[in-house]
Amino acid sequence: MATVDSYILFIIMALPMAGAAVILLIPGRRVAAIRWTAAAVALAVMALTFYAFLAYDHDVGGFQFARTWTWLELPGPWPLGFRGIELSLAADGIAVPMVLLTGVVMFTGVLISWKIADRPKDFFILYFLMLCGVFGVFVSLDLFFLFFFYELAVVPMYLLIGVWGSSTDFKTFLRTKEYGAMKLTLFLVAGSVLIWIALIAVFAEGGLGTFNLLALRDAEFSNTFQVVFFPFLIVGFGVLAGLWPFHTWSPDGHVAAPTAVSMVHAGVLMKLGAFGILRVAVFLLPEGADRWMPILIGLGTVNVLYGAFSALGQRDLKYVIGYSSVSHMGYVLMGIATLNPLGVSGAVLQMFSHGIMTALFFAVVGAIYDRTHTRDIMVLEGMAKRMGIVAALFVVAGLASLGLPGLSGFVAELLVFLGLFQTYPVLGILGIIGAAVTAVYILRLIAKVFFGPLDPRWKDQTDASPIERFSSGILVGFIVLVGLFPFPFIRVIDTGVTELLARVAGS
Amino acid sequence: MNNYVLLLPEFLVAGLAFLVLSGDLVVRQNRKYLLAYVAVAGLGIVLAVSLAYLWDDTEALYGGLFRIDGYSLFFKAFFLVLGGFVVLSSVDYVRRYLDHPGEYYGILLFTVLAMMLLASSGELLTAYISLELLSFGLYVLVAFDRYNPKSNEAGTKYILLGAFSSALLLYGISQVYGLMGTTRFDEMGRILAATPELSPGLIVGMVLLVAGLAFKVAAVPFHMWAPDAYEGAPTPITAYLAVGSKAAAFALILRLFSEALIPSVGDWQFILVILAALTMVIGNLVAIVQSNIKRLLAYSSIGHVGYLLLGVAALARVGEDGSVSLAASRLVVNGVMLHIVAYSITNLAAFLAISVVYSAPGKEEVSGLAGLGRRSPVVAMVFAAAAFSLAGLPIFAGFVSKFYLFSAAASQGLLWLSGLAIFMSFVSLYYYLLVLRQIYIEPATDPTPLKVPRLATGVLLVLFAGMVFLGVYPGPLVDAIRHASEAIVQSGSGLELVRSLD
Repeated sequence: MATVDSYILFIIMALPMAGAAVILLIPGRRVAAIRWTAAAVALAVMALTFYAFLAYDHDVGGFQFARTWTWLELPGPWPLGFRGIELSLAADGIAVPMVLLTGVVMFTGVLISWKIADRPKDFFILYFLMLCGVFGVFVSLDLFFLFFFYELAVVPMYLLIGVWGSSTDFKTFLRTKEYGAMKLTLFLVAGSVLIWIALIAVFAEGGLGTFNLLALRDAEFSNTFQVVFFPFLIVGFGVLAGLWPFHTWSPDGHVAAPTAVSMVHAGVLMKLGAFGILRVAVFLLPEGADRWMPILIGLGTVNVLYGAFSALGQRDLKYVIGYSSVSHMGYVLMGIATLNPLGVSGAVLQMFSHGIMTALFFAVVGAIYDRTHTRDIMVLEGMAKRMGIVAALFVVAGLASLGLPGLSGFVAELLVFLGLFQTYPVLGILGIIGAAVTAVYILRLIAKVFFGPLDPRWKDQTDASPIERFSSGILVGFIVLVGLFPFPFIRVIDTGVTELLARVAGS
Repeated sequence: MNNYVLLLPEFLVAGLAFLVLSGDLVVRQNRKYLLAYVAVAGLGIVLAVSLAYLWDDTEALYGGLFRIDGYSLFFKAFFLVLGGFVVLSSVDYVRRYLDHPGEYYGILLFTVLAMMLLASSGELLTAYISLELLSFGLYVLVAFDRYNPKSNEAGTKYILLGAFSSALLLYGISQVYGLMGTTRFDEMGRILAATPELSPGLIVGMVLLVAGLAFKVAAVPFHMWAPDAYEGAPTPITAYLAVGSKAAAFALILRLFSEALIPSVGDWQFILVILAALTMVIGNLVAIVQSNIKRLLAYSSIGHVGYLLLGVAALARVGEDGSVSLAASRLVVNGVMLHIVAYSITNLAAFLAISVVYSAPGKEEVSGLAGLGRRSPVVAMVFAAAAFSLAGLPIFAGFVSKFYLFSAAASQGLLWLSGLAIFMSFVSLYYYLLVLRQIYIEPATDPTPLKVPRLATGVLLVLFAGMVFLGVYPGPLVDAIRHASEAIVQSGSGLELVRSLD
């Protein structure tokens, strides 16, 4: 089994790419074949991510399923000989839940996109390329490939949003999908400029002729270097994680995106940012982390409160969810910035929980929009009367989002708050205020949109289709599972976090 | 006799050029397109012959005027392949718009010969003559569309400024020869290594040399001719200008700087740093406001020259105390060569896609690409891939080559300039996205499916495959490049210099 296991990450990463290649070869008019191929590939990937999650041995910990291929040799007088660029894949306790999350969201996203009629072939090719990038970032140990996959995950977004997205009319002004797509792409690539600069700085300063994270960990970076380049990584990855004040692409981009892309983007891609902070910034530059984390925790607090209050004022359903993502990513950033085991574990669990929850949110909002062609809260009323299942799904996502015990959000946020109170009690209180505001906007939204008298305009609406029920059901299952039995997840996450933090403490 | 065998590739290409040129006289008008296939087949044979005869051969002919080594072989093979691709992508264009196919292909083959000579020149005058042969061929080709006033204008501008730059170059060469008594690269390197302080005359000579070469590669502030020449020239020739002439000039520049000028790197590095920074910033910023796609790509290719110059500037690491280290020089040379290849494949694809889309020369507005995603998915896909590759995004060749080049330059101490280059790549993504928006998002003004000749589709797909292959598996190419760069970095002045400093 061990030999099979060592290929599993490669297969998980390469399967979406292979799927994209296969779909490329299917003629565009054979829509059914394209959809079924996409679903089959996504299902296979999800099954493999399940297997990887279950097969990860949390007693042993560390990086498992490791496998390395030499990819490019770099000539030069390196102290350790020719290393060069390697395709080095492995997953630790932080990466494994993220891989599972991606597998789940990928599969449900394909199902939700079943009805896409405009150029489905191109859509699925780009969608799979993007997911290949996402998996690649989570499992790469070589900075070159980590960045390669990072860019691969970001770039197809422009076309996915620009072609298949939707514009929002605010009466006084129009937010077009082209605007959202361009803004999102430019913000994220601007962030990756900073990451790229920091990576080549690490390469040049390390002087080992390798981009391998494990090798570079032993390169002694001076304190000055760490303090100077840590902000590059924090801001660069932070842009994708929705870090205030670089978050403004997130609501605009998510709203303009088609449903499945919003699900993947808010559900998984934003986690790449937070994951990058842990995997690259904290892992390589622990002294820099020590120095800059107080700033990050402050920004994270602003994220939580600013996102929550902004969500309070939105009229468009998707904007509410978009700002709530900004708010929830604030908890992730705060948790990471505590640099204590409780807080960071909470942050990683929050990444998982928020990923599932937001995917469900966007799936439900997409279902409503498909039927009513509006997302205006003022116009939608009493939808539960005609769309009972959709309403129930939204309520589950909403309750998880405001942290109801028994659902996934509660466990994750509780851990983050416990971590916060150990280090920054005042900010912990501010975080809890953010959670209270979340309850206000979620409950108000549910009351306005789903309950109350039914607007006669919506009396002919149909409820969720079997495909929507099935895919949303998977997501609800995970929300409840993590809420009731968090320990299998926390055990795995904890092994990764403990090893990472041991390094920060040692510096 | 042995010498002639070593020159066999060059003789064969010259013979092929004369064959195609005279073929124009005897072949019937409606059969003349066959000359293109003769040219491609001939280039293929020459490629095979060169690889067979010159593999692992290292010699200096005629007292070091002409060098046979891995480096020149690499570039010769590259130029032969390049010439083949340009001929193939011209077939359709020539048939539709141009008279005298025989002359067109004949002159094209002469320029391929010139580029091959350039890659082998081991001394300034040989290089100069090769460069002139290349330029004269290009002057004619740029103005080849006789009935298009823009083509004529482009040709005139190109000749006038080209002649000016040749004069600069020649004056620089005479200055260098006057003060050093040699024009051979290896001897220049030896003399410079023994001269701690350069005389003002020599500095003037070197500045003129750099300026003349900067003209040829269209580096800012010597770039004024490029956008006009690119816009007016027949589109396949624009591709050839953007790719071939630059690759050839950089083949010379790399050898000149790493063999001859490296000992005085402390004196010229800052000039190249300034040139590189100006070129990448101005090229990419001005590209944003272009509405003609050929001008846009012209400015984008100016930006790419900036990245390549960054590599040349990073050939050696100059410490704050003036000490010179060549520790990562080969990494940088490899990076520059890799980027030349990646950039060439990508630009060929982009220009070929353009020449297929636009039905009339002279009106290549960006808005004319609207709805291409529906009119011809294949051409749209190849152009999108080329745009992403030029912007330096995976999974395409441009990402790997930029990453390699910028990492190498950073490890030579030019981190800030690499950072600037990365930032300018980001700027370039913006204007490529504007083009992609036309292609995929905007509705077409003329929604009829585009008729693409089968040959062009085939060439586009080959170039697309090349971009993706280099983007995910550059190993074989990089191995070849490493083998080639050994010839210019390990031999000659480089290592001696390090020893003298120790």
